[in-house]
Amino acid sequence: MKRKKSILYSKKAAPYIFILPFLLSFAFFWIYPLFSTIKMSFQDIQPAQTTFVGFDNYKKLLIDPAFHIAVGNSFEYMLLTCVILIPIPMLFAVLMDSNLVKAKGVWKAILYLPALTSVVISGTLFRLMFSEYDTGQMNILMHMFGFASIKWLKFKATGLGALLILACWRWTGVNMLYFLSGLKGIDKSLYESAEIDGANAWNKFRFITFPLLKPTSIYVLTISVYAGLAMFLESFMLWAGNSSPNNIGLTIVGYLYKRGIEKNQLGYASAIGLVLLVIALIINMVQLVLNGTFKKEAD
Amino acid sequence: MKKKFLSAFLCISMLATLISGCGATNAASKSGSVKDGGTEGTEGTEAKAKVEVTTAGDSTGAHFQMWSFVAMHNAFYASMVEKWNQENPTKKIYVTFTTYPYADMHDKLLLSLQSGTGAPDLCDVEVGQFPNVVAGEKKWLYPLDDALTPYKDSMVKSRLDIYSKNGHNYGIDFHVGATVMYYNAALLEQYGIDYTQIKTWADYEAAGQKLKEASNGSVYMTSVDTGGTDWMWLAMAEKGEDWTGGEKGKANVELDSVKTMLTMQQKWLKEGIAEISPDGQVDIEAGYQNILNHKVASFPKALWYMSRFLNYMPEEKGNWALAKCPVFEEGDTQSVGIGGTGTVVTQQSKNPKLAAEFLTYAKCSLEGEKQIWEQLGFDVCNTQLWTDTSITQDTSNKYISFFRTNPFDILNSIKGSIGQISVTKISPTINDQMCTTTLNQVLENGKNVDDALKKAQDAIKLEE
Repeated sequence: MKRKKSILYSKKAAPYIFILPFLLSFAFFWIYPLFSTIKMSFQDIQPAQTTFVGFDNYKKLLIDPAFHIAVGNSFEYMLLTCVILIPIPMLFAVLMDSNLVKAKGVWKAILYLPALTSVVISGTLFRLMFSEYDTGQMNILMHMFGFASIKWLKFKATGLGALLILACWRWTGVNMLYFLSGLKGIDKSLYESAEIDGANAWNKFRFITFPLLKPTSIYVLTISVYAGLAMFLESFMLWAGNSSPNNIGLTIVGYLYKRGIEKNQLGYASAIGLVLLVIALIINMVQLVLNGTFKKEAD
Repeated sequence: MKKKFLSAFLCISMLATLISGCGATNAASKSGSVKDGGTEGTEGTEAKAKVEVTTAGDSTGAHFQMWSFVAMHNAFYASMVEKWNQENPTKKIYVTFTTYPYADMHDKLLLSLQSGTGAPDLCDVEVGQFPNVVAGEKKWLYPLDDALTPYKDSMVKSRLDIYSKNGHNYGIDFHVGATVMYYNAALLEQYGIDYTQIKTWADYEAAGQKLKEASNGSVYMTSVDTGGTDWMWLAMAEKGEDWTGGEKGKANVELDSVKTMLTMQQKWLKEGIAEISPDGQVDIEAGYQNILNHKVASFPKALWYMSRFLNYMPEEKGNWALAKCPVFEEGDTQSVGIGGTGTVVTQQSKNPKLAAEFLTYAKCSLEGEKQIWEQLGFDVCNTQLWTDTSITQDTSNKYISFFRTNPFDILNSIKGSIGQISVTKISPTINDQMCTTTLNQVLENGKNVDDALKKAQDAIKLEE
C-alpha cells in the first residue's frame, strides 16, 4: 500500500503518468494507423483475402490519369488559397489593429463566424447558390448585370472560382486571427521610434510589421499548404460527391475516399494517402528551410 | 456573492443544455445529409433525399434491419411484412427500415461488410453496385438458393443470373426493367407530330426537327444524359453489343453502336433538337421538373420509371404514352433491361434463413409480384403475370389508367426482344468513366467521339 502510494506521488514518475493518456491515444490513433497504412499500401486488399503486391500500387499511381487530375486540382487549390488567404487576412489583421476601424469586435465576429459553420451545410448551400438553373442565386446576380446563366459547377474555371469563394469566405477570419495574435507580440515602442524617424504607414508595415510577423506567416503558410493539399469536404459538398464533371473537383483526399471507401480498394487508397503525406512533407520542408526556420540563431 | 451566483447559474444551464441535447429520438424521421439536384422548382419530393426510418410488423417476432435507397421500396417491403405475419403466425417478424441516399447507403453497406459489423439483415443493392457487394460472396452474403426453390421455374432466368456468382444466387430483383420510349403524346399532338409513326432513329430525328420548327425551339424532342448510360445501353443492345465483354471477356467501349449513338446525340445538340438533361439524367428532381415544364417531349427509360410519374408528376396523367424504342435498322433488338435492385441477405444476420424466406416471399411469390406491380409499377420477373388479363387489363390500376397506352401490351410485344448488358466487376468502372468524364467531354464540351472513347478505353484497361 505504501509502495503504490509512493509511485503516485513520486516526482520522477508523475510527468510520465500525466502524459500517458495523450501518449496512448497518440499511439493508437496516429502511430498505429501510420504503420498500418504503410503496410497496406504494399498490399491488394480484397474482401476474401489480402495479397502482397510490392510496388504495384505505386506503379499504378504513376499512370493513373484520374490521380494526376486530382493532384493537379489539389495543387492549384493549394497555391491559390496561399496566394489569397495570406496577404488578405494579414491586411485585415493590420487594419483591425490600427485606429482606422471602429467597432472592432463586430468586424472580428463577422469575419470569424463562417469558420464556425459546418462545412457540410455551407458546402451544400454554396452548391445551391451556384446551381446552373436560372433560379440559382449567382445566376440571378448574372441576370441583374445583363449576362446569361452560367453552368457554374460544370466547367473548370467557374468551378474552381466557386470553390475558392467558399474557401475564402470560410478561412479568412481564422487566418486573420492568427495574424492578429502575431501582431500583439510586436512591441509598440518600435512604431513610436519609427514615427519619430519619419516613417509613414507603408514604411512601418514594410520594415517593422512584416518582418516581425515572419514566425506567424511561416506558421500560416505551413498549415495552408497542408490544408490546401488535403482539402476534401469543401469540394465533396460542392459537387455532392466525388463525381464532378470531368473530375474538375476531384482532390487527392477525394480520390483516396473514392478508391478506399466507394470502390473498396484499401491498398490502393493507402498508397494515395502515403503519396499525399510525402508531397506535403517535401513542400513544407523546402518552404521551412528557405524561410530559415532551421538556421541557428544568428550569433 | 453575485459572481458566485452567476457562475453557478451558467454551469447549471450549460449542464442542462448538454443533457437535453443527448436525448434520444426513436423511430421518428431523422434528416440526414441533403442530396438533391439543386433545383428550387420542386416541392414535396423530400422522401428521396433524407434518411428515413420506419418500422413494420409484430415486435414479438424476429427483429430485422433493412436498408434501401428508395423510400417506395421500403414502403412495399413494409406491406409485405404485414402479409407475411398474417400468413406465418409462427414465424413473425419485425423490421426496421432505413432509407439512405443512394451513394451513402452503398458506401455504408460495403464498409460494414468489410469491417464485419454493423451490416443490416437485408439490403437493397442497385444492380450497378452489385459486383462490388457480391465480391465477398459467401463470406459477406447468405446464398438464397434454398429459399428460391419454390419460385425458380417461373422467374425470368437472366434476372436471377445477374445476381449470381459461382453457381450461387445472392440477390433477388424487382423487375426485368424493359426500356421503352415515353412520349408526351398530348404535347406532340399540339405540334402536329404523331409518335406512332416513329420506327427508326432517322424517323425520330425527323420528328425532332419538325418539333423544333413548330415550337420555335421552346420544346426539345428529348434530353441526352451526361450522368447516365441508359442511351448507350439501348444502342448496344439494339446492335447486340456489350461493352463489358461479358463475364469472361475484356471490356471495350470503342464499339460501333456507342460511337453511332454519341455522334447522333452530338448532332441533335448542335441542331437544337435535344438538350442536355439538367443535372445529368431524367431520374432525378431536376428531371421531373423539366418534364413538368414541358421542355422535353420524349425520352427512353425503363418501365419502372412509370412510378416516378405517379409519385412526382401526377399532373401529367393522360398526357403520356409508351411505345417501342426507335431502332437503327429493322431487325434490331427492340429493348434492353436497365436498372434493377437485387436485395441481399447478409451473413451478419442473426437469422438469415428466415430473412431469406421472407425475401423470396416478398419478391418472387405470386402475391408479392402482384403487389410489386400494383404498388411500384414494375414489370415483374414472374412471367405468369404478363398474360394474366385480370391484372394486365385492369383499368382501375393506377399505372394502367395514367398512361394512354397499356404497358403490358408493349411488354408482350417486345417479349423475346429484350437485350441484356452484363453487369460484371468492370461495370462500375465503365459507368464511372462514362458518367464523370467521357459523356461530359463528348456532349458538354463537343469533343471528338473517337478520341474521347479511346481515352476512356485506356483508363478502363488500367483497372482490369
